[in-house]
Amino acid sequence: MVLADMSNELSGRVAIVTGGASGIGAASAVLLAAAGATVIVADLQDGPEGPGRFVAHDVASEDSWKSLLADVLKREGRLDIMVNNAGISGGPGNIETTTVENWQQVQAINSEGVFLGSKYAIEGMKKTGPGKPASKGSIVNISSIAGLVGGAGPTAYTAAKGAVRLLSKSVALYCAEQKYDIRCNSVHPGGVDTAIFNPLWQAMGHEEGKAFIGTRHPIGRMSEPGELGEVILFLASDRSSFMTGTEIAADGGITAGLMRRSLLAPS
Amino acid sequence: MPRLDGKVVLLSGGASGIGAATARMVVREGGKAVLADRDEAKGRALALELGTAAHFVPLDVVQEPSWQAAVAATTERFGALHGLLNAAGVGVRNSIEDCTLAEYRRINDINSLGTFLGCKSAIAAMKESGGGSIVNISSVLGLRGAAYAMAYSASKGAVRTLTKNVALHCAQMKYNIRCNSVHPGYIDTPMIAPRLEQNAGNMTGRQSLEELHPLGRLGRPEEVAAMILFLLSDESTFSTGSEFVCDGGLTA
Ligand SMILES: NC(=O)c1ccc[n+]([C@@H]2O[C@H](COP(=O)([O-])OP(=O)(O)OC[C@H]3O[C@@H](n4cnc5c(N)ncnc54)[C@H](O)[C@@H]3O)[C@@H](O)[C@H]2O)c1
Ligand SMILES: NC(=O)c1ccc[n+]([C@@H]2O[C@H](COP(=O)([O-])OP(=O)(O)OC[C@H]3O[C@@H](n4cnc5c(N)ncnc54)[C@H](O)[C@@H]3O)[C@@H](O)[C@H]2O)c1
Repeated sequence: MVLADMSNELSGRVAIVTGGASGIGAASAVLLAAAGATVIVADLQDGPEGPGRFVAHDVASEDSWKSLLADVLKREGRLDIMVNNAGISGGPGNIETTTVENWQQVQAINSEGVFLGSKYAIEGMKKTGPGKPASKGSIVNISSIAGLVGGAGPTAYTAAKGAVRLLSKSVALYCAEQKYDIRCNSVHPGGVDTAIFNPLWQAMGHEEGKAFIGTRHPIGRMSEPGELGEVILFLASDRSSFMTGTEIAADGGITAGLMRRSLLAPS
Repeated sequence: MPRLDGKVVLLSGGASGIGAATARMVVREGGKAVLADRDEAKGRALALELGTAAHFVPLDVVQEPSWQAAVAATTERFGALHGLLNAAGVGVRNSIEDCTLAEYRRINDINSLGTFLGCKSAIAAMKESGGGSIVNISSVLGLRGAAYAMAYSASKGAVRTLTKNVALHCAQMKYNIRCNSVHPGYIDTPMIAPRLEQNAGNMTGRQSLEELHPLGRLGRPEEVAAMILFLLSDESTFSTGSEFVCDGGLTA
């Protein structure tokens, strides 16, 4: 295969990025747009000036999904790429301290939000229809290394990300079986320098906090959001056309080997 | 010496299937079994059959106060809590397109919130009992996805990582509490009975499920119970945060 010019490989395609106003979502919106896609940033809050059209959206609300999809199909007329990225850490909480309320809030956004995002993505991609080039749909669900191992996050977060990992595989298999030409994969970031760490930045200072989290990664540093954006772009594009139901860890080597006890997230 | 000599084990879903088979084995191996289930009739009948080493408590796993009452009833009756089996669960078939949000939440609440609450409620009593072992039943569908078990596989994927999180927390806190997940293939229990009735092409429902397993048959609840017994006993004291697969070769 000749490596073609990829600068316009997504031209004509429409992508929704949930949580696209900040962090990993914002970085992937930039890269998707640079590859030629029309990007819709669907977020609770509007972010700093970035590419794409902003739509106020709450991933935990089914009504919000219905109106987002109707709006995109009306304005952009199609849907090809869905990045289910919106998520919250839910704050600290171990098995002894996590409340039912916290559990449910985290599941509503991080697990139910991805469930709804996948469901409405399929609906939208199926409606990308007659007279238009067939949609080669790609759903990219952002899990975490906490969806792979147990010591990388709070209890409710860890469970929700474990659900997203399996949900993504079941969605992939279902779409394959239905011959929908829609792929679905999960991404498992390690520590990424985003607003999700704001409480730590406030406590330790940004540079010190970054260095501290960095030491937990074999590669010795945290990731920049754009490094995750590249993984998301790859999964969104046809370059990953034979990948479905799989999981990509982009984690500086954390899950490749043995995590040192002393480097586990404090309980 | 019996393998669970004097150990007190609380079993959610203890009235049926894998939970019931484990309760029988716990009692046979010298332990005390507290059967906790929302099916009172079946649970009470089994407890009666198992005699004074067994006890029934009504439990709805999605209610935290219900779990707290079950743990309190256990320590009141038998003086300690050493083992917890989270076996209560529901198996529902649906795909990403036909599952509603309400159904997704219901299944995840029973299978995953229910397991979370079980772990949370048991830890305090286990600490006071000098330590213990928690066994959470996930599934092969907590390791692999399935087109028509979308919400179920999500809930079992949550149980898989939750288990590791609990194991690491307890290890870090030096509680002497272990926590592992068990991943059964298709086991012949009431949960899968409806599927055994549904013919698939020219195969019966049973044949189509048997055929998935390299061993060519369904698992028996006792075979999963044997693995759980190992995890509840002191034979497994160096195992924590791990995945124990019992699937007739399905995921191989
Ligand atoms: N940063 C990390 O180290 C890291 C590691 C692993 C996984 N992740 C995951 O990556 C994803 C993105 O996180 P990030 O680090 O970029 O965080 P971030 O806080 O910078 O961005 C998250 C965005 O999601 C939005 N959001 C939150 N709740 C929402 C809702 N209900 N509806 C719509 N939008 C909502 C927020 O407004 C925010 O703009 C999350 O799913 C997170 O769990 C992050
Ligand atoms: N049978 C299988 O093929 C199979 C395979 C993999 C995993 N599992 C898992 O094994 C566990 C046990 O299943 P089983 O096959 O013995 O099924 P089962 O239906 O025989 O037993 C499940 C028990 O859980 C109880 N229960 C359900 N909801 C409850 C609630 N809200 N509160 C309290 N009790 C509740 C039921 O009353 C029942 O007694 C489940 O977690 C199931 O998902 C089963």
